[in-house]
Amino acid sequence: MGFLYPNEAAIEWDLLIVIYPYITGLVAGAFIVSSLYHVFGITTFNPIARFSLITALAFLLVAPIPLAIHLGRPERALEMFLRPNFTSAMSGFGFIWMVYLLLVLFEIWLVFRPDIVRYAKSGTGIRKTIYSILALGVYDVSERALAVDHKLIKIFAFIGIPAASLLHGYVGFIFGAIKANPWWSTPLMPIIFLLSAVVSGIALLLVMYVLSTKIRKVPLDHVCLRTLALWLGGFLTVALTLEGLEAISMFYESEESWEVIRELITGKIALSYFGIQFFAGAFIPMVTLAITETAKLDEHAKTVLRFFAACLILVGVFAMRWNVVIGGQLVSKSLRGIGDFTPPLMGISGILVSAAVLLLPLVILGVIVYLIPPWQDGVKPVQQKRLGISMSGLK
Amino acid sequence: MLISRRDFIKGGVAGAVGGVVLYNTSHLMRTLAETRSAQSLKVASPIKGRSLRFVVDINKCIGCGKCVKACKLENDVPLEPEFNRTWVERYTITRSGETLVDSPNGGIDGFTADYMNEKYKGLDIRKSFFVPKLCNQCEKPPCVSVCPVAATYATEEGVILVDRNACIGCRYCVQACPYGARFLDPRYKVVDKCTWCYHRITKGLLPACVEVCPVGARMFGDIEDPNSKVSQVIRERAVAVLKPELGTEPMVYYVGLEKGVR
Repeated sequence: MGFLYPNEAAIEWDLLIVIYPYITGLVAGAFIVSSLYHVFGITTFNPIARFSLITALAFLLVAPIPLAIHLGRPERALEMFLRPNFTSAMSGFGFIWMVYLLLVLFEIWLVFRPDIVRYAKSGTGIRKTIYSILALGVYDVSERALAVDHKLIKIFAFIGIPAASLLHGYVGFIFGAIKANPWWSTPLMPIIFLLSAVVSGIALLLVMYVLSTKIRKVPLDHVCLRTLALWLGGFLTVALTLEGLEAISMFYESEESWEVIRELITGKIALSYFGIQFFAGAFIPMVTLAITETAKLDEHAKTVLRFFAACLILVGVFAMRWNVVIGGQLVSKSLRGIGDFTPPLMGISGILVSAAVLLLPLVILGVIVYLIPPWQDGVKPVQQKRLGISMSGLK
Repeated sequence: MLISRRDFIKGGVAGAVGGVVLYNTSHLMRTLAETRSAQSLKVASPIKGRSLRFVVDINKCIGCGKCVKACKLENDVPLEPEFNRTWVERYTITRSGETLVDSPNGGIDGFTADYMNEKYKGLDIRKSFFVPKLCNQCEKPPCVSVCPVAATYATEEGVILVDRNACIGCRYCVQACPYGARFLDPRYKVVDKCTWCYHRITKGLLPACVEVCPVGARMFGDIEDPNSKVSQVIRERAVAVLKPELGTEPMVYYVGLEKGVR
């Protein structure tokens, strides 16, 4: 326990602020997968390219909710737009979020436009109304119009990569730029957040893709799944390296704050840090993914293992968010003690509300999938010009 | 007039959306106008420039806790021990070099009660001293930088204040303050902190904690006034600040600051 400053008795950024970077991370990751398809020409992602876009949208729509309801005065939330203080990293959230939302919405609209126009023309009654609204008055689906669309999609997907990086790198900066907190203050933080974001996004898509084929009772595209798993393993390796590097640097430099940080990671958060973030959420999945690539297994077994690894990774990234957000606040700024925090079950900062906020994107996703089904069973991917080298390495 | 079902729905949706937007806009414009006018109300201050300093003499503090009590009463700070604009820490250094720190109830009840001293029984103590803490009114305040709505700001005298009507309660400033000087006021759900008794010092009075200190461990005044207590102490004694390595440039100076105090 040691000594805490008297005002440090309360953990001010609670469970809601843990799930906020988790959600934006999933957005960034899911979007990057769609960009891998649209920009980098990884056509094996065809079965999930459209799905990854609307997954990004579903989570993006929910991203501001935990922030807003966490505020002491939520009715003043929109003042961030009216009187922003631009020296604050936080003041940028609304603007970055909005630009990114417009970008994702516009890209989705372009990608799904032929479908929307088709539904608007064939539908009747309320269905026709909805799709007519979604069509925004543009019904031109001639080959020329679609060619322009494709060019625009590529541009938006391209801009979307730095935008997604900004959205999530910025979340890392919110923590990494706080010099008062030795567990947060590192320039590695935005990069670590970004990479774990991509990792969690790919893992989410892998899980959702497998589940969607089970629900829809359609055959799974094993090449697509394998590509996902490979990218997942790749990003996971880099993310893990950086996360390890951060702690090892702190240990090796052994500054004034190391004693209390050591106490934190070997005590209060030892289980969620070493146990979940590193071992169960990263090491085990890496080994599992390696097994699917090296061992002689049938496709079904590989799918099970990949699904299992992705689920573990989702838990591991959540633990990483917890260890940063909560762990950082457990360390007293007096560097002389470790606080205590157990999230309550009820109340606005409780486990139930946070669980509901985390599940909300899935509900939204369900609605979007119902409105504009992303599945293109049997549709051949648009052959795109590859960048220099073959990026997928699978054909 | 006949209205088709489709037009009816269209109109209804448009009306609902418009209503929500209108309602929020009026609310926002109102709060915007209020907060702006509150900021433009300039208090006629006798202090010019940023030459105010607060000096704490650690050698003098006896840990009576009167300053903590005076602060809470003067500034309507919640009486619970986890809300403090100022507090007193007790440092105890043993012969083996171990440093123990505590601040029971923020020091408001002093440090003499038996329950506060159980844990020190039988320890081989080399020395012990008290360190009063308060907002450092940093020249480069991280709390002001991180506030997303500029609700916390520096006055022309260099005192950092929180505009209660503008704070959204995000608590980024609580995270950014290296000194633990900020807290969320549970009554108003906005952040609160020491103001050096801004309402008093702008009328030429001393901060409440300085006023009540029975031993003169807390001093306040203008460093540019050669006759002021603070300018005399700063001239004659070596002073230090808390966590100088963070570059916040505190305006609270300590006399007799021991290593290990942070």
